[in-house]
Amino acid sequence: MTSIIIIAILPIVLLYLGLYKAQKALLPVAVLGLLAALVTSVMQWTTLDEAHSEFNGMLLYNNFSVAFSAISIISTILILLLSKGYFEKISNHIAEYYAIILFSLTGILVMVSYHNLTMMFIGIEIMSVSLYILAGIRKNDFASNEAALKYFLMGAFSTGFLLFGIALIYGATGSFDIDIIRDWVLSAGRKADPMFYTGVMLIIVGLCFKVGAAPFHFWTPDVYEGAPSLITLFMSTVVKVAGFAAFLRLFSACFLPIAQFWTPVLLVITILTLFIGNITALYQQSFKRMMAFSSISHAGYLLFAIVAIGASSATSIFMYSTAYSIASIIAFGGLILVRQQTGTDNFEGFNGLAGKNPFLALVLTVAMLSLAGIPLTAGFIGKFYMFSGALSQYRIWLVIVAVVNAIISIFYYFRVIIAMYFRSADREQVEVPAYYKFVLGFSALATIIVGVYPTLISGLIK
Amino acid sequence: MTVSILLFLPVVAAVLTLFFKNEVAKHAALFFALVELGLAISFVTGFVPNASIQYLVDVPWIPQFGIYFSAGIDGISMVMVLLTTVLVPLIILSTYEHQYKNGKAIYALILFMQAGLLTVFTALDGFLFYVGWEAALIPIYFICALWGGENRIRVNIKFFIYTFAGSLFMLVAIIYLYLQTPNKLYDIHSFYELSLSMKQQTWIFWGFFIAFAIKMPVFPFHTWQPDTYTEAPTAGTMMLSGIMLKMGIYGVIRWLIPNAPIAFAYWGYYALILSVIGIVYGSVIAFKQKDGKRLVAYSSIAHVGLIAAGIFAWSVQGLQGAMIQMVSHGINVVGMFFIWDIISRRLGTRDISLMGGIAKVAPKFSIAFLIIVLGTVALPLTNGFVGEFLLLKGVYNYTIVFAAVAGLTIIFGAVYMLRMYKNVMQGELNELTATFTDIKGSEKLVLGIICALIIIIGVYPQPLLHLSEASITNLFQTVSAKFAAAKF
Repeated sequence: MTSIIIIAILPIVLLYLGLYKAQKALLPVAVLGLLAALVTSVMQWTTLDEAHSEFNGMLLYNNFSVAFSAISIISTILILLLSKGYFEKISNHIAEYYAIILFSLTGILVMVSYHNLTMMFIGIEIMSVSLYILAGIRKNDFASNEAALKYFLMGAFSTGFLLFGIALIYGATGSFDIDIIRDWVLSAGRKADPMFYTGVMLIIVGLCFKVGAAPFHFWTPDVYEGAPSLITLFMSTVVKVAGFAAFLRLFSACFLPIAQFWTPVLLVITILTLFIGNITALYQQSFKRMMAFSSISHAGYLLFAIVAIGASSATSIFMYSTAYSIASIIAFGGLILVRQQTGTDNFEGFNGLAGKNPFLALVLTVAMLSLAGIPLTAGFIGKFYMFSGALSQYRIWLVIVAVVNAIISIFYYFRVIIAMYFRSADREQVEVPAYYKFVLGFSALATIIVGVYPTLISGLIK
Repeated sequence: MTVSILLFLPVVAAVLTLFFKNEVAKHAALFFALVELGLAISFVTGFVPNASIQYLVDVPWIPQFGIYFSAGIDGISMVMVLLTTVLVPLIILSTYEHQYKNGKAIYALILFMQAGLLTVFTALDGFLFYVGWEAALIPIYFICALWGGENRIRVNIKFFIYTFAGSLFMLVAIIYLYLQTPNKLYDIHSFYELSLSMKQQTWIFWGFFIAFAIKMPVFPFHTWQPDTYTEAPTAGTMMLSGIMLKMGIYGVIRWLIPNAPIAFAYWGYYALILSVIGIVYGSVIAFKQKDGKRLVAYSSIAHVGLIAAGIFAWSVQGLQGAMIQMVSHGINVVGMFFIWDIISRRLGTRDISLMGGIAKVAPKFSIAFLIIVLGTVALPLTNGFVGEFLLLKGVYNYTIVFAAVAGLTIIFGAVYMLRMYKNVMQGELNELTATFTDIKGSEKLVLGIICALIIIIGVYPQPLLHLSEASITNLFQTVSAKFAAAKF
């Protein structure tokens, strides 16, 4: 709970710092505050996974929420470190970036620890409203405005679905509390009211919008492309991970007994998401757009854990999203540096990078291998957990579909590696600031360490 | 002493190699590879040739998933470890005449790949096996794509996707087996103890088969091979053909057949047919090749086809033949590619029709070339003979027709190999070949060692056969008992 309070107060402090023109202090204060929040959050971790509830049962802290809070906070810290010198180029009011990102993070922390549907909704809204602003924060940029408007319209639409679903479930069960809903589902069994089932379907639609799963993914590529790269990074990592954490928390707690009702729906969504994400990513010329579509396909892999819902689902999502987040941080960090020099988001911008910047090329290679799921990287461990979970429920065809998609994804991830190592171009050395060196090096190292010894973090949940 | 030293030393060596200057990196890499060889030889001397698993290492890795870092050496693994550790220093030595751009990286990648290969050959845990399998793939992709020929980008992405696709199906099969084990372990012995239905085994069989067939390669999964071999730098071609394709054959013996014995009893026949088609197909196409390296690549498809056929025919002789032929093929094909490397480095082309009369100007080279050709065509008293004889015997016991087809193709193989030798080495000198200079220094050393191995194994194969005999017999009996129990 302390961590939420810290992160809620932090942006207000930052706004005041901005007001008094203490630009230099923004980043250190934000990072220190987040570290404090991280520490207080991790201290709540218990070996026996004892849950304790706060605010009259509105929030419930267990190891699940600690693990997902920790990965969200760490990713945010890394993203903020990458932002040094980045936001200054876009606007003069940089305090508002830090503040809004942290407001959004507050919503995320609520999303991973809610115990009541209203809190879930409030968390998602705190996060989303901040994101609408962040997407459009380059006020004079056409693409950024378009992104914000699209995201807002689509987001508001999906919020409507979500809220309607919650209302119907309230109507059927008489409560917003997760435990009460679960008990109601257990006692009603298969005889539950159609109103309840409609509510579940609407919640699926709403949440699939938020995590960018097909066929509700249309906003993702445009929004991801139009928003500033670091905001895209924040949306495609922290926000997506939190969306899945919220998704899983609700479905594993409440709707598990009626899994045979909603798994066929999610199965179709998963397969669509995988194919649409991967096949469209194949045809992109822009690295940023490729990452946007590939993030759709990763949403497909993450959905595996919910389709094959079981005891290990939480660990699977945690491992996969950790791997995916740190690899994306490297990819976007690299993109920002390359873009600053070449002025393009396209693959050609990476041509011959290995010759002049061996370090940057190496970390980007690690990231691409991890995203493609090659062993000895964290991405493989994530895929391994997902495949194991799906196979344990005998969803062999689903796994074969996933395998086919993993093969397709090699094509576009390797395009980056091929461009960096095997194509040549006249280029200057890209300057890598110390902050970037730290973040990229740390993330690459973490990718390999988790890939070689996943036990290090896989025990966090349970 | 456990096998873990053998697996970690090359990783450490690969990292250390990166700290040397480009000019001295090759010496450092050779030194590390020789240390590894010394280690392997000490393992051989302490090895008791019975069916037990020795030098076992077994520590928890991801215990909640039943994954252990579990590796050990039995007779079959011992032969493969020996092959790998002997060939890697030879391959490094064979690159001494090359000036690779950013040379330390290629040596580091070769050493890292060696770690992956040795992991595959010693792993006793399905997960570890898969990790080793991919850990060998990544370095070879970079070796081939960074230092390869003109079409390297297109050819190598095809190669990578082919092999990666195959291995993912294998991963699914491994996870499936794991889920069936009562104690939820990836341990190979728990896999062996399972008794799955025919339908389940059929899935497992094909999951593994695709991965291994692509790696070997078996017809019709071979289409990546000639292009990749031709475009790769010679060191890469040697790693691929000398050692890496043996991963597939080893996988069939260790993972495919024992884990799906009943499916194998049923489907093995079709796998055998594919292998025999591969023999004929490889030979026929090799016959028409003008590029020497490509010719060797296609002839390799034929030779590997015979090894696969010997295994799928399932007899002790066939399996023993496969073991020794893996070693012989490894040595011969590395020699053959080195020969073509020397020729193309000196003459700037590999076109056979442009050559002739080299024997006149390079007598030492011509002797080495002749010995390697004779080893490849399996002349008695060379290493190729022992293996091919046993393999043909195995196929013959299965059906005479296949043995006849395979046997005739071997003769056909002798024809194109000797014709290649004749066209390159004999006849009249022309303007191009008159400039050829005889081998010297490191080239002489590499070819000398290869020729010596060809003759020693050919004359006295017994120690090598003895190493794997007990393990092979044990494997044969266990699997045969299983499909005797489930006749259909």
